[in-house]
Amino acid sequence: MKWLERSRSIAAPGFNRWLIPPAALAVHLCIGQAYATSVYKSSLIGHFEVSQTAIGIIFSIAIVMLGLSAAIMGTWVERSGPRKSMFVAASFWGAGFLVGAAGIFTEQLWLLYLGYGVIGGIGLGIGYISPVSTLMKWFPDRPGMATGMAIMGFGGGALIASPLSTALLKRFDGFDPLSDGSDWIASGSSVGKLFITLGVLYFAVMMYGVLNIRVPAPGWKPRGWDSTKVKSSAMVTTGQVSAANAIKTKSFWLVWTALFLNVTAGIGILEQASPMIQDFFRGADGNSAVNAAVAAGFVGLLSIGNMAGRFIWSSTSDVIGRKRIYMLYLGGGAVFYVVLALFGGSSMLLFVMMAVVIISFYGGSFATAPAYLKDLFGTFQVGAIHGRLLTAWSAAGIAGPLIVNGLLDAQGKPGTMVAHNYLPVLLTMVVLLVIGFLATTQIRAVDTKFHEPEADLADSTSKGA
Amino acid sequence: MSQNSGNLEPIDAAGAHDVQVDRAVLRLVFGWALVGVPLGYGVITTLSRVAQLFN
Repeated sequence: MKWLERSRSIAAPGFNRWLIPPAALAVHLCIGQAYATSVYKSSLIGHFEVSQTAIGIIFSIAIVMLGLSAAIMGTWVERSGPRKSMFVAASFWGAGFLVGAAGIFTEQLWLLYLGYGVIGGIGLGIGYISPVSTLMKWFPDRPGMATGMAIMGFGGGALIASPLSTALLKRFDGFDPLSDGSDWIASGSSVGKLFITLGVLYFAVMMYGVLNIRVPAPGWKPRGWDSTKVKSSAMVTTGQVSAANAIKTKSFWLVWTALFLNVTAGIGILEQASPMIQDFFRGADGNSAVNAAVAAGFVGLLSIGNMAGRFIWSSTSDVIGRKRIYMLYLGGGAVFYVVLALFGGSSMLLFVMMAVVIISFYGGSFATAPAYLKDLFGTFQVGAIHGRLLTAWSAAGIAGPLIVNGLLDAQGKPGTMVAHNYLPVLLTMVVLLVIGFLATTQIRAVDTKFHEPEADLADSTSKGA
Repeated sequence: MSQNSGNLEPIDAAGAHDVQVDRAVLRLVFGWALVGVPLGYGVITTLSRVAQLFN
């Protein structure tokens, strides 16, 4: 399939670079479905007659596979170019749903683990990093905004998948898709049909991205943009560092630590969002002022904050610098967590505002990471380095829930807790964020001994463009 | 209209250029609509649920 080769996807002169963000978004909006698995969680528990953990683990497998595949396949993605890697991502993501559907129809849970978790998870990892370095090459003048746009799609994917999946499940179960149906739980066979529909639909939409992605020709730069006139900064390298060398630097592991701690702290809220808001506003009679439907609205608001933060904060980092924005995520996040822990229960508006800002920082840290890596290591293998960095996400996906659930289990039973029961969890998150803040302050420009020799770079450019 | 007709060639070239520009604009509109419309639908649907939070 030669049309997938990098050499076949080099843009012709005059190509409009604003066609690249929709191609990248087509991939990220589809794989962002991973955040909407709660829509059919109860149905799968009933269908397989297993515990919440047995179904919840599907998401965990997918996120672990995301990090592993991004780390392992990152160099291949960089070498093969965005078109081939996006095609592989679309194939794995679509196939993951189809194998998962087979598991649902035949009532074999392991097939669902293999399909959605392992195969789909590989699609997630490759799809997540595929368009990122290409976007930064098209937008060297605004790399944070460019990656923010794409990675915003990963946050926004759930906003589409959640109502779409609910409407489809109702239709498959024979209900009016627009009906309320608050006490309805979809049948297992409907979830199977949903998986087939989503697998085919997502593959088709991702193929739009595959067909429309282009890499800039060697030496291309935006009209009127002169890299030599860009304000120089000690934190923005003019050298290029390979992925193998990047992981030998202290700065890589400090960024890894900052991302890991910020994501772990964000998961603290995301994991518990719905019960947390109900517990914070539970009266002395044991009843909460916030019912389940309103709590669902709060979860939706967090999704919008997560998505918006990816674009807004990452774009802001182009102006104020990556190090400062990470200090804001971690230092500002710690302050907001303290306010939330101590005063969140006194005002619904304050609680919601603090939570949304914290989640916007969570999303922002993901979206700013590729541009930060570009600043530190150059564009040479930034996609591969980004892949290795995403292992921080996998680690946080395990550590975050473990910390939150472990501390909350010691506080009481679900549905009986109040605001002060959350103090240990929230203050633990503050400590993590402060450590992350200190790690960020130690990030320095990479030593020139890690830079690639000019001759090697010229050779690789002439081979691969 | 013969394409070989010398005095018409500039007009034809301009027309071809217009068609090319139109196609480029159409591709741009289609691409952004493909991702923007579903995303807009998702945001509006979510915001309508969020409204219950402050009712």
